[in-house]
Amino acid sequence: MNGGFHIVVCGSVVPDPLQTLAPIEGPTGPALKNELMLPAVLDPWAGHALYEAAHLAKNTPGSKVWLVSLGPKAKLQQLMMTIAQKVSFELVVLDGPSGGFSDASEVAAALAGAIDKIPDLDRSRLLLFGGCASASRDAGVTMQMVGERLGISDQFLGVDELTVEADGALKILERIEGGQYQVSVCAGAPAVLAWATGNLPEPPNNPQIGMMNMRTVMPALQRAQPAPVGAEGVSWRGVDLPQQRRQTRIVKDLSVEEIAREIVAWLKG
Amino acid sequence: MEKILFLAHTQDDGTLPNVAREALAAAVDLTQKIPGSSLSVGLIGQEAKPAADAVAACGAARFLAVTGTEFAASRYASDVAAVEALVSEAQATLIVAPATIRFSRALPGAAQRLQGRIETHVSGLDVVDGAPQIQRWYYRQRMVATLARSQRPWFLVVDAGVFPPWQGAPGAAALDNVAVALPENCTRTRVVGIQSPAVKTQTIRPDAEVLFVAGAGWTKKQADGQLHIKEAEGLILGFLQQCNASLGSSKSLVDQSVEGEAVLSFMSHLNQVGQTGSTPRHPKGLATCCHGEEPHAVGWRFINERRAINTDPNCGWAQGKADVLYVADAFQVMAKVNDLLGG
Ligand SMILES: Cc1cc2nc3c(=O)[nH]c(=O)nc-3n(C[C@H](O)[C@H](O)[C@H](O)COP(=O)(O)OP(=O)(O)OC[C@H]3O[C@@H](n4cnc5c(N)ncnc54)[C@H](O)[C@@H]3O)c2cc1C
Repeated sequence: MNGGFHIVVCGSVVPDPLQTLAPIEGPTGPALKNELMLPAVLDPWAGHALYEAAHLAKNTPGSKVWLVSLGPKAKLQQLMMTIAQKVSFELVVLDGPSGGFSDASEVAAALAGAIDKIPDLDRSRLLLFGGCASASRDAGVTMQMVGERLGISDQFLGVDELTVEADGALKILERIEGGQYQVSVCAGAPAVLAWATGNLPEPPNNPQIGMMNMRTVMPALQRAQPAPVGAEGVSWRGVDLPQQRRQTRIVKDLSVEEIAREIVAWLKG
Repeated sequence: MEKILFLAHTQDDGTLPNVAREALAAAVDLTQKIPGSSLSVGLIGQEAKPAADAVAACGAARFLAVTGTEFAASRYASDVAAVEALVSEAQATLIVAPATIRFSRALPGAAQRLQGRIETHVSGLDVVDGAPQIQRWYYRQRMVATLARSQRPWFLVVDAGVFPPWQGAPGAAALDNVAVALPENCTRTRVVGIQSPAVKTQTIRPDAEVLFVAGAGWTKKQADGQLHIKEAEGLILGFLQQCNASLGSSKSLVDQSVEGEAVLSFMSHLNQVGQTGSTPRHPKGLATCCHGEEPHAVGWRFINERRAINTDPNCGWAQGKADVLYVADAFQVMAKVNDLLGG
């Protein structure tokens, strides 16, 4: 690859999935109860995208990774304590809400605007990475909208594998129906890849990488531009928690044989 | 007044997927409920006539299609161009489409290009005071919202299994072809094939009656202090075959392959159910050797009847997440279940 890739990863924070979430009525629409107090993690599929980006950059000399995050500055700063130790990147921060109820198209506009302003970003070498969906809005639309705003017409969703061929072409495996993959070959960058799980484990913490990243992370947080995204045009008619609990019948004293019979009767019933 | 466009693409054999008929039922229903609205059908594929004829009786005023070899493949650039042309031709304000992978990739970009908005994973539709409102889940099935929008065009991508499929007699649809000239940058990507998982067994079956979930317990040391991977594989595959069930997994079990631990040979990330996996729809689900932690259990939102087998009476399933928890050894129970199903 001539000069390597410029890989921009879009990803932000979501509440730790082990937390209990409850909706409340906020000043501009629905929000989460104690949203700013909830422990946050890197949005899982965006995390996979980031690890894949770092891996690709490492194996393609001359490449560089940016992480563009739209979220509350304080939360992003906390997140950096862990993420910045894992892989090398340059951070771009947009200070705004990261909750699920903001509109994907407003988020996409903010992200595309920030990417547009990255100095020295070579659009002809751009690979735009992100998760195939967030754990907050779970819409699976933001990456395509950012790509569209940046004029990128080769886009892939639910990617588990990217191979760069000898001629610079991108061979991409996307998840499709029935547990199969669609295999595509794209002539090369620029392209949008919205990742599913990929094939890489979470990288271990490496304090050296952390030290290097921190030199750019703190200034990036200080430079953060406000991005007051919302959901203009949406009228919320209600946000409800589903009926969570079932009356679980706990069966402790049946024999294996009896349990098996009960299960088979239920399956056939 | 809404101009409603039902949008679909054909499958390789020229027919519409089932989920498209479900979305059509939703579009027809909306048209009937919104006063003064009209319905059009827009189809994309190698050819569209058989698919259009199959839904000829749906009440649409117009049948439009973008067809040709370049539109056979599931490819972002050509699909967005086709959708843009169809929506413009129909002057659609509301677009109702099925949540296929192909459309999930392309429709968000099309909505952006048309300066519209899009809602995906639509799980309910209603008309209140003459205007449409939708239901969708947030935070991975943790909470459900009802909302309406002022912007148009508004794309509504309907999840599978929400609406009963549209039924009607085939007929002869008067199909208008909408010409789309693809610019050169729309063919930089070629779809070169479909790859099945490395395993022979097809384990993911969206139409199955039963979801069978295997958790990490299957590959952990058992009471005798030993691993029983081969036995676990035999029991699970035996059950899938007898019951024609779909196979789901917890995250811990599929992560083991990446971490180089002992794994079930037919299991991959594609099987994962939960927060960072799928949220399948099946009438029944049976969880085995799986703890039932919240990030896993959110993937069970659309499983109606839920049972679990776990040696731990205090596992997550006991906390109101399953209807029945059998406190027992899943190796023993599943061996017996397979015997009974086979006999
Ligand atoms: C950001 C994030 C995202 C996540 N996303 C997901 C997700 O999408 N899907 C998901 O599944 N998890 C997800 N998790 C992980 C989740 O929190 C749990 O760690 C995981 O679901 C546990 O898997 P498990 O129940 O198979 O394994 P374990 O917790 O190891 O449970 C194994 C169970 O097997 C039982 N067992 C062992 N032997 C037997 C036997 N012989 N018979 C019966 N029972 C037996 C044990 O009692 C135990 O309950 C996520 C976590 C995070 C932090």
